[in-house]
Amino acid sequence: MADIIKALEAKKNENIPAIRSGDSVSVHVKIKEGNRERIQEFKGTVIRARKGGNDESITVRRVASNGIGVERTFLLRSPRIDKIVVERHGEVRRAQLYFMRERTGKSARLKQKFDK
Amino acid sequence: MLKGLIGKKIGMTQIFDEQGVAQPVTIIEAGPCFVTQVRTPEKDGYAAIQLGFGEVHPKRLTAGELGHLNARGLAPMKFLREFRSKETANVGDKVTVEAFSVGERVDVVGTSKGKGFAGGVKRYHFAGGKKTHGQSDRHRAPGSRSSGTTPGRVYKGSRGAGHMGTDRVTVQALKVVMIDPERNLIGVKGAVPGGKGGLVLIKEARKQ
Repeated sequence: MADIIKALEAKKNENIPAIRSGDSVSVHVKIKEGNRERIQEFKGTVIRARKGGNDESITVRRVASNGIGVERTFLLRSPRIDKIVVERHGEVRRAQLYFMRERTGKSARLKQKFDK
Repeated sequence: MLKGLIGKKIGMTQIFDEQGVAQPVTIIEAGPCFVTQVRTPEKDGYAAIQLGFGEVHPKRLTAGELGHLNARGLAPMKFLREFRSKETANVGDKVTVEAFSVGERVDVVGTSKGKGFAGGVKRYHFAGGKKTHGQSDRHRAPGSRSSGTTPGRVYKGSRGAGHMGTDRVTVQALKVVMIDPERNLIGVKGAVPGGKGGLVLIKEARKQ
């Protein structure tokens, strides 16, 4: 029965690389305005990455103007996502970075981690 | 054509629609069903169509069930269910998921999951007792069941603890979001009673 459901679920988006908590990413989202379709970028830090095939999602946090934090959760199998670019990896010691919500300014930075 | 199907609940998932919105969908493997009997007001006092579903070894059926199907030249079928309908149908007619179309509303009947002997809090959403202020053993108690000397008894039908679940439950007006005639699958938006593998009936919605 699980196979039947698997066959119906959305296919993996090839333009999405492996994403981990702490990564700085740029999510390219397709937006429909009337008949026109354009692409909007959402740049920020991944504070949560949930695996799980069809239901996998990431939550991206970005500090907008006036220091207001904005978090957006993206379903990775959604047809609305054009692509995701990982700009840098951050060094983090936990999977959920909810502590970032209390941080502002200089303390809200993550140390960069380089691929070996 | 009759709008009714017997099926098996496969499970739930989420499917993206054209706008890219994720929808909660229950997948049901339904049909192909065959008309096994037509009830008419003249003969039976009501109009209905009996459908059969599911392959089964003839040994698994009783002589009565087998005879009922053999007399009409039909293959052995595991489940027989009646659908009230005034539509005309002939014995042996095949009903598939193509009887329904995407965007249509359907009612789905299933058997809810059994909860065993459940207390009032779970069964009827009683508030239970206080969580603090010196309570002992009163957290999930039902409270008073009735009044005092008058009437001196508990009214029949009063809500309380008891067996919960394994009831016939109908969910009305679920939207059909997908149909796969090749694999006999139908997807409806929202949840359907019962566990995976449970028998469900799909009918035309009473309230459109």
